[in-house]
Amino acid sequence: MSALISIRNLTRRFDVSKPWLNRVIERLNKAYLTAVSDVSFDIEENSVYALVGESGSGKSTIGKIVVGLTPPSEGSVKINGTDLATETDAAKIEAVRDEIQMIFQDPYASLNPRWRVRDIIAEPVAAKGGETSGLAERLLEQVGLSAADASKYPHEFSGGQRQRICIARALASEPKIIVCDEPTSALDVSVQSQVLNLMSDLREEFGLTYLFISHDLTVVRHMADRIGVLYLGRLVEEAPREALFTDPKHPYTQMLFDAAPRMDAFGREVDPPKGEIPDAINPPSGCAFHPRCPIAIDRCSKERPEMRLLGQTRVACHRAE
Amino acid sequence: MTDTPTLSVRDLTVEIPTRHGILRPVDHVSYDIRAGEILGVVGESGAGKSMTGNAVIGLLDPPARITGGEVLLKGEPIHDIPRARLRRLRGKHMGMIFQDPLTSLNPLLTIGDQLTETITEHLNVGQDEARKRAIAALDEVGIPAASARIGSYPHEFSGGMRQRVVIALALCAEPELVIADEPTTALDVSVQAQIVALLKRLCRERGVAVMLVTHDMGVIAEAADRVAVMYAGRLAELGPVREVITNAHHPYTAGLMASTPLASVGQKRLKQIPGAMPRLGALPDGCAFHPRCEYAQDKCRRDPGPSLQACDGRAACWFPLGTTQKEDTVA
Ligand SMILES: Nc1ncnc2c1ncn2[C@@H]1O[C@H](COP(=O)(O)OP(=O)(O)OP(=O)(O)O)[C@@H](O)[C@H]1O
Ligand SMILES: Nc1ncnc2c1ncn2[C@@H]1O[C@H](COP(=O)(O)OP(=O)(O)O)[C@@H](O)[C@H]1O
Ligand code: SF4
Ligand code: SF4
Ligand SMILES: [Mg+2]
Ligand SMILES: [Mg+2]
Repeated sequence: MSALISIRNLTRRFDVSKPWLNRVIERLNKAYLTAVSDVSFDIEENSVYALVGESGSGKSTIGKIVVGLTPPSEGSVKINGTDLATETDAAKIEAVRDEIQMIFQDPYASLNPRWRVRDIIAEPVAAKGGETSGLAERLLEQVGLSAADASKYPHEFSGGQRQRICIARALASEPKIIVCDEPTSALDVSVQSQVLNLMSDLREEFGLTYLFISHDLTVVRHMADRIGVLYLGRLVEEAPREALFTDPKHPYTQMLFDAAPRMDAFGREVDPPKGEIPDAINPPSGCAFHPRCPIAIDRCSKERPEMRLLGQTRVACHRAE
Repeated sequence: MTDTPTLSVRDLTVEIPTRHGILRPVDHVSYDIRAGEILGVVGESGAGKSMTGNAVIGLLDPPARITGGEVLLKGEPIHDIPRARLRRLRGKHMGMIFQDPLTSLNPLLTIGDQLTETITEHLNVGQDEARKRAIAALDEVGIPAASARIGSYPHEFSGGMRQRVVIALALCAEPELVIADEPTTALDVSVQAQIVALLKRLCRERGVAVMLVTHDMGVIAEAADRVAVMYAGRLAELGPVREVITNAHHPYTAGLMASTPLASVGQKRLKQIPGAMPRLGALPDGCAFHPRCEYAQDKCRRDPGPSLQACDGRAACWFPLGTTQKEDTVA
């Protein structure tokens, strides 16, 4: 099987320097934040690839690079062999862009409140001069709303219904890939299950590929075929779902799993993880996890671990086995 | 030790007058929290969790107001006392922790000033002693180098550290009751685990009664002693946490538990409750859950919503699950 999306040595830096004058007065150097650092992975066609990690780990930044909302600083993202950042053939760029859509976390912020649902959904197609009659109505029914909802405004819908509208809009241009950035994090559990089921159904019906971003391990475990774990912009572990959940190899993945609250763990006394995620502007040397790692050795603070293949798992840790 | 619960809420009702009529975001809610006990409160957004908490501590935004029932703090009514007295009770006897730590912190004051101010206001101690206690409070919630950080401003802390400061602030006057409204929702799992462990420890060591509002069933299972499930302004179910999660009596609770991804590990589809919670202005007659309830019968649609007493104080349902009453109606 060939990869539909192929990400190689992806790095994204942001300039977070203070304004020029402050730098001169306070004698500061330019400051850069590395949001994504040397990340490589593949996404198979028709699969769900999940990125997990805590806040600031670089999940959304990778998602935005994949859909072309922000360029990489280094490395490449190839979609079906085409690299949007370097491709010169405008028609090809257009074709690839049509194949990939994004759904965001906040269904309230991502719908224009002054537009009717019909226009919101049809917009991506209308913008290209495509045929839009009946399109919104058909898609609304596909996502479990009714055709009559097309003439309403976003404020008339609940959070879960709005996320359905976002999904309908994403489907309008008949994409192959949908990047979903925390699509259910703003929703209640009972509504979340409706939306996740819908996403599973649509995936089967249209043969979609998802890049599914989430910090919720239980959701990821339900949705994903393959999972990448990010820490401070670095991919620390990557494995098929079952391998990751039954045998996590990276100490950070193990820490995440232990800390996640469990519905069947009545009165469990967790020994909570120590410390917090360090500042991404000055990440720790070597393995970025070493200040919090319970099994760190001397080498860990000196040498950044390479990705190694252990069984079905890729892991970046000197001590993983 | 006395038998009087730290907090007793009796038939608490909150109403909001609007152009379209009176809304009732909290409708005859009753529960107790004892010293050293954590009561978890769950339910979907808009169910009335925050309104209940705010009504208890007297922080309802007008025009919302308590129109019925009572709130007793160690047996003393506090729902109808003058605002100034209530303000003194808050801080001294009741601490609050909200989802966004910045709403509880003054950005212009150092955290040390905020803590000492609260301590001197509510406890009979001088500046030096207050400062000492402030440092001890920060130390207790796990702020490293507390004596050095006491001069820092809120923006100099990360989100997790800020929430610790808020907890220190909520606890520094040694209150008997703490209302924590989604205290970890904005935090990462590892920080959430730290904060939950901290709340549990403080509750146990100091005998504080805690009302913990969260939508995370995992947090409830690990932290709470009992859990209250709210739906459309009413208590749907109330009971020991293990009982409620593993053997729900109210069909809504059962649906809620079943729809979490953990309940369907290895299954292709998640269980889902059809439909959505009705808006307050458009509550159906009878049991508010009946349009979504797979067990609904004529009585549910016809008779006024059942009270918790319908099922031994456990579930507000005419035909509770897992009880003989249910089997009778099936037979
Ligand atoms: N435009 C930007 N300018 C400067 N820094 C940025 C920018 N966008 C993201 N960052 C930083 O890059 C890092 C990764 O951010 P990103 O939004 O990808 O994280 P995330 O994993 O999606 O986190 P969350 O779970 O909070 O959504 C963070 O430290 C963030 O502050
Ligand atoms: N000022 C207001 N006017 C009208 N309705 C309100 C107002 N404030 C809150 N509500 C309603 O009260 C209900 C309960 O809200 P809340 O207690 O915040 O729910 P929860 O905390 O469970 O999410 C909701 O239906 C909400 O829309
Ligand atoms: S490389 Fe070292 S510090 Fe990093 S996770 Fe592995 S053992 Fe821990
Ligand atoms: S009272 Fe009837 S409708 Fe309401 S939850 Fe019970 S069985 Fe369902
Ligand atoms: Mg993000
Ligand atoms: Mg709330």
